Amino acid sequence: MTWTDLKTALEGEGYVASDDLSVALQLALSLGRPLLLEGAAGVGKTEIARALAQVQDTRLIRLQCYEGLDAAQALYEWNYQRQLLTIRAAAEDGETGKAVEDRIFSRDFLLERPLLAAITQDVAPVLLIDEIDRADEEFEAYLLEILSDFQVSIPELGTITAVTRPIVILTSNGTRDLSDALRRRCLYTYVEYPDRATELKILKARCPDVEAHLADQIVGFVQKLRKEDLEKTPGVAEMLDFAAALMGLGIADLTADPAVLQSTLTTLLKTQSDQAQVTSEVASRIAGKAA
Amino acid sequence: MSRATKFAGRDPGPSARVAGFMAHLRENGLRLGVAEAEVAMAALAEVEAIHPEESRRALRAVCTGCKEEAERFEDLFDSYWMDMGRVKQKVVPNHTSATNDNVHSSRDAKGEDANASGSATAPDDGDGEADSDATGKLIATKQQNLAQRDLRELVRPEEIALAEDVARRIGAALRDKRSRRRVAAKKGDSVHFRKTIRQSLSTGGEPLRLLRKQRPDRTRKIVAICDVSGSMSVYSRVFLAFLAGLMRVDTAADAYLFHTRLVRITEALRDKDGMRAIGRLSLMADGFGGGSKIGPSLMRFSETYAKRFVDGRSVVLILSDGFDTEPPEMIAEALQKLKKRGCKVVWLNPLKGWADYTPVADGMAAALPYLDAFKAANTLADLVALEKELATL
Repeated sequence: MTWTDLKTALEGEGYVASDDLSVALQLALSLGRPLLLEGAAGVGKTEIARALAQVQDTRLIRLQCYEGLDAAQALYEWNYQRQLLTIRAAAEDGETGKAVEDRIFSRDFLLERPLLAAITQDVAPVLLIDEIDRADEEFEAYLLEILSDFQVSIPELGTITAVTRPIVILTSNGTRDLSDALRRRCLYTYVEYPDRATELKILKARCPDVEAHLADQIVGFVQKLRKEDLEKTPGVAEMLDFAAALMGLGIADLTADPAVLQSTLTTLLKTQSDQAQVTSEVASRIAGKAA
Repeated sequence: MSRATKFAGRDPGPSARVAGFMAHLRENGLRLGVAEAEVAMAALAEVEAIHPEESRRALRAVCTGCKEEAERFEDLFDSYWMDMGRVKQKVVPNHTSATNDNVHSSRDAKGEDANASGSATAPDDGDGEADSDATGKLIATKQQNLAQRDLRELVRPEEIALAEDVARRIGAALRDKRSRRRVAAKKGDSVHFRKTIRQSLSTGGEPLRLLRKQRPDRTRKIVAICDVSGSMSVYSRVFLAFLAGLMRVDTAADAYLFHTRLVRITEALRDKDGMRAIGRLSLMADGFGGGSKIGPSLMRFSETYAKRFVDGRSVVLILSDGFDTEPPEMIAEALQKLKKRGCKVVWLNPLKGWADYTPVADGMAAALPYLDAFKAANTLADLVALEKELATL
């Protein structure tokens, strides 16, 4: 599969990828390297993993990172409740010692968390490690080890080696700088907001019912709005919400009714000061220019 | 017609060219090891390497690691592979023997050497010195070199050591704030009984895991923005040494330079070798010592980087003399915006050390209402004296 094929396949799943991103994805697939995606919130970093899993016809395993995420939540955990119940039941049956111990530390009592689940699949899944910048640095180091060896050692069970190598996609919003070591292991792409033509394609792929004229206006409006000085720039997902809202209200032209336009802006502007800044007049001016 | 570089006849082949390109990137401060060269070759085999755009995309995915690098990569790629059909005599630069296997030391301190780095400093529009770049690359490059001053001339190694010491103390004064309350923490110093007992319910009343709690550090994050325009050139030495020191002791700190535009220098200053860090800085700060646009630079900061890096626990240190070529309202507006993020703003002005200084510069006067502290700073000694005052912020 060349990158152009991949791009077409992704488009079939409703994800319009830029050329840069397609090449990077293709390389990640063929070289077996993790792909690190950075970019503003709402440019479709997470969505790409979903689309890729569909294209590859495989499972998507997602690990959402957050501060304080540790191995127990990312890798594996023993099912303590079940272990305790088994011990008590065994005690009543008069079973003791080594037999019970072996039983409660077997795979049946292991709760697989995303990372372990990803390396024990029969078909290589897409492993999405979302917002890696939110996790602690210790976890990042730990992750590096897993990503380079693809094996996990569990003291009570031994080492579990990957059956298949998952396709790893990491995303980052840049809330903190990632370590050099992690960046070195990964391929890297910065995902920009799509340009007008691409965004129009996205809208058409996701909302095929929207009329060409309105689609043009919507995309033009959102693109202009991104150039305004906003606290939270609207992403692609917001644009789609906006289109859905307009469709739901049965609006055929953005410039027709300023009041309705203003009320649908709640889908695009997500802070109070942004909403205060884009008044009805500003919105109609942008809509007028975009038309 | 073709813009692609022609290689000399005795050139040893494509893999050597790729190796030469990696060396070229390394010279320009990208952190690449031997493993990356291998991956780059493998990546080129995966795409139609004959098309420059495909090779560019593939190599960019492999060789860059952050947004800043990805932006610089364009120029570096052009200067090596798309050199307007000029013949490149040697694909591998002479001094590659100096390249070590250790990735962290493979960056070359001689960032500004003539060899192959000509367009790493590719003229960018908007800079005063570079306005004649359309006439030809060679001329533009020469002009740039004249305009460019090597920061290493300005900073001496022993000063970095001293500055590190100062920075460590100032950093500590600003940073050491501890919360009084204890909260749950993975590596706490005492047991969090309430949580442990609650959790033990799920394991039949047996507290299998002891949860801990601790007094968290409420650290302040230092963000330093340094003016390196012409009027500040006398003081730049002190401030740059201070920034270099600060970045080396405080891993959470963040640093920026501005003259006519804003440059983030955090990555460059994190280099383990202090002098090399300054060397890399010189490359980034082309136009150093030129005019100053404080207002637009601060505005750009508060609109872009501040959203990511500045919060209520940040202290923004601005090192500037306040002489701006732009209208002063912009400074006021930018600072007002910055203050809204809840940070403390400290302005260190070298002129304030003068006997009867009053902030008459329009820019400075406009900034005053938004500052939490307005201090003098001419020398490292002055910075040392700041320690106590900053601790009380």
